[in-house]
Amino acid sequence: MPTLAEKKSTRGPARTGRPAPELIFGDLWVFDPAPESADPKLKPRYDLFIGGQFVAPKSGKYFASINPANEQKLAEIALAGREDVDAAYAAAERAFSTTWGRLPGRERAKYLFRIARLLQDRAREFAVAETLDGGKPIKESRDFDVPMAAAHFFYHAGWADKLDYVAPGRRVAPLGVVGQVIPWNFPLLMLAWKIAPALAMGNTVVLKPAETTSITCLKLAEILQDAGLPPGTVNFVTGAGETGAAVMGHPTAAKVAFTGSTEVGKIIMRSLAGTEKKMTMELGGKAANIVFDDAPIDQAVEGIVNGIFFNQGHVCCAGSRLLVHEPVADRVLAKLKNRLRVLRVGDPMDKNTDIGAINSKEQLGKIAALVESGVQEGAEIFQPPCRLPTKGYYFRPTIFSGVSMSHRIAREEIFGPVLSILTFRTVEEAIEKANNTAYGLSAGVWTDKGSRILKMSVELKAGVVWANTYNKFDPASPFGGYKESGFGREGGRQGLLDYCKLV
Amino acid sequence: MPRLLITKTPKPYVGGAFIRSESGRTFPVSDAAGNFFANIPQCTRKDLRNAVEAAAKAGPGWAKRTAYNRGQILYRLGEMLEGRRAELIDTLVRFGGTKAAAAKEVEVATDRLIYYAGWADKYEQVLGNVNPVASPHFNFTVTEPMGVIGVIAPAAPALLGLVSLVAPLIVSGNTVVALASEKTPYPSILLGEMLATSDLPGGVVNLLTGFRPELVPTFATHTHLRAISAAGLSADESKAIRLGAAESVKRVHCLADETRWLSDAAQDLYAIREGLEFKTTWHPIGA
Repeated sequence: MPTLAEKKSTRGPARTGRPAPELIFGDLWVFDPAPESADPKLKPRYDLFIGGQFVAPKSGKYFASINPANEQKLAEIALAGREDVDAAYAAAERAFSTTWGRLPGRERAKYLFRIARLLQDRAREFAVAETLDGGKPIKESRDFDVPMAAAHFFYHAGWADKLDYVAPGRRVAPLGVVGQVIPWNFPLLMLAWKIAPALAMGNTVVLKPAETTSITCLKLAEILQDAGLPPGTVNFVTGAGETGAAVMGHPTAAKVAFTGSTEVGKIIMRSLAGTEKKMTMELGGKAANIVFDDAPIDQAVEGIVNGIFFNQGHVCCAGSRLLVHEPVADRVLAKLKNRLRVLRVGDPMDKNTDIGAINSKEQLGKIAALVESGVQEGAEIFQPPCRLPTKGYYFRPTIFSGVSMSHRIAREEIFGPVLSILTFRTVEEAIEKANNTAYGLSAGVWTDKGSRILKMSVELKAGVVWANTYNKFDPASPFGGYKESGFGREGGRQGLLDYCKLV
Repeated sequence: MPRLLITKTPKPYVGGAFIRSESGRTFPVSDAAGNFFANIPQCTRKDLRNAVEAAAKAGPGWAKRTAYNRGQILYRLGEMLEGRRAELIDTLVRFGGTKAAAAKEVEVATDRLIYYAGWADKYEQVLGNVNPVASPHFNFTVTEPMGVIGVIAPAAPALLGLVSLVAPLIVSGNTVVALASEKTPYPSILLGEMLATSDLPGGVVNLLTGFRPELVPTFATHTHLRAISAAGLSADESKAIRLGAAESVKRVHCLADETRWLSDAAQDLYAIREGLEFKTTWHPIGA
């Protein structure tokens, strides 16, 4: 290992098999429940949001939105058909040519600032709704999803009247109507990522949320009404894959933006092959989180846990492959196991919960099948002995050690709380393994050495590199992938450019 | 009795060498008057795959060159064109241009290389930036070349179209496999000779001659091509490229047939941007 300096251990000789004494709480004390009690103010039934109004679907059909934490029905959601999607596009086109598309940037900005403020006002209510509908821990929806969504509106609001600075040397113009389809892992946040830049640029929007998580989208429609946003500027159509295909394939859409799996992204790309529509694709990932022997190990372990167990691992940029430097592999694994033992899995509405419910029964099945393949292919599984609620969709945090690059759990996106651990000896091997994937969304590096961070940052073929941190997001920071993780960026100056044309 | 001229065997420039097609096939090309001019190699899908391999091999080294160095090499390529200006003009006239039009095309193609040479150490300063995130992190966005990019040059202008597509891609460290104009392939042979003497490492630009119907499907589906930059595609070709691109989520950039190649509008920073990925790095700020 010519590139890695021998480091003198300050801990004396390693005591194999006997980790340093640590406080292990385990189940010694039972935590009292700490349920969040704010009222999510849900309606029993949600209609489509078209032309500034809530309208019933032409078909009259509705589907149930389930709370994955207890499998109880939360509300009925309208099922949009082709006619409804047509109506949404017609409303968006009208708004583009008569109202929103003609507003000066400074006025568009004020609307977006208003939306940000109104969302902040109702933050707790939205956090509870998000957790009930999606299963994520309340501490995450409260401290991350909702404030970050508001921040996206606030950030992009300020751009609306400064678009001359987006593309130096050229002027920019909006595209027209933009069709957007978003996933279920960060329903409100993905919505904000999609519509804030589109609106700042002067486009109008038809958006479809994921069928399992439509509620906060339709609650945001209430805020758009309260903000006085011109009718038709933003339209929400709800439903499953068929509705999504209608939104993506609609002839009125000048651009489509999709966040979801690589598999569906490819289907959309094929279906649009004969057209000149602009596209942004934010697809899957299989990120490597790389820990070198000189890394601050305790911080790295926290980063690894945050990297893979944040939002139950339903994160496209999750650090799902841990590449750990051989000299510290045993120590990292031992610390990880200890850390897993104290993760609290259970009721997402409990403020102490670390890992909530898996978003849907279908997703739970996919995770279980891939974990089974990991066991079958010979990787060593570890799951802490935590108790899971009897109702609802839950999965134990899982780590696999002894994983090789050919294992399915090292190649396929699991989208669940499952970490695959591989080891490496040299910097070159770490780079080779990290890049040996069709994906290229994100990567993590943990090391004390500045020059190595910069080298890794250059070598890792990924759109976001977190060095000595993981899963950090900001509206000012562009997000998006290399290779089969998609193209286009969301956030920052770079993301804005994907919602305009150069004139 | 006049001396018999030595005619040149046209060979495409691939991997830093002048090749024949692995298939041994050629197709005859006539000049504007309809007289036989030369046999041009009819490159195959296998030739294309070989070229992609050469481009992939050259990629990391080229991308690691300093921006200053890449700029100088592009400038030197401009010097090479200037030096063979008369020959290039004669060639374009031979294949149907007027003297004035040919002179203009060579002039603009040469100046375009100089234009992009100057961008080499500047585009990053305009396109990248530091992001003021709301947490104690240093966060910056930089550009990176995509890797190997497939170029399909327009039928005309044979020289200027090819140069206009290739230059903004290689200036940032991409490597290129390009299919020259099917109708007028010979200028690409000459360009290859200039590339070979321009200090550009072998494999950075690979120029194929051949037929679009045969090669477009492989351009579309080859997974090591990270992007396609094309001009003057038919609707069918464009669709085929996009269908194939979906298989590996390839970036596609198609310029319309009516691109005004001679205009200054046909060159800008955003042509360079089409060959770039954006990478954002986070690091905590603290002791």
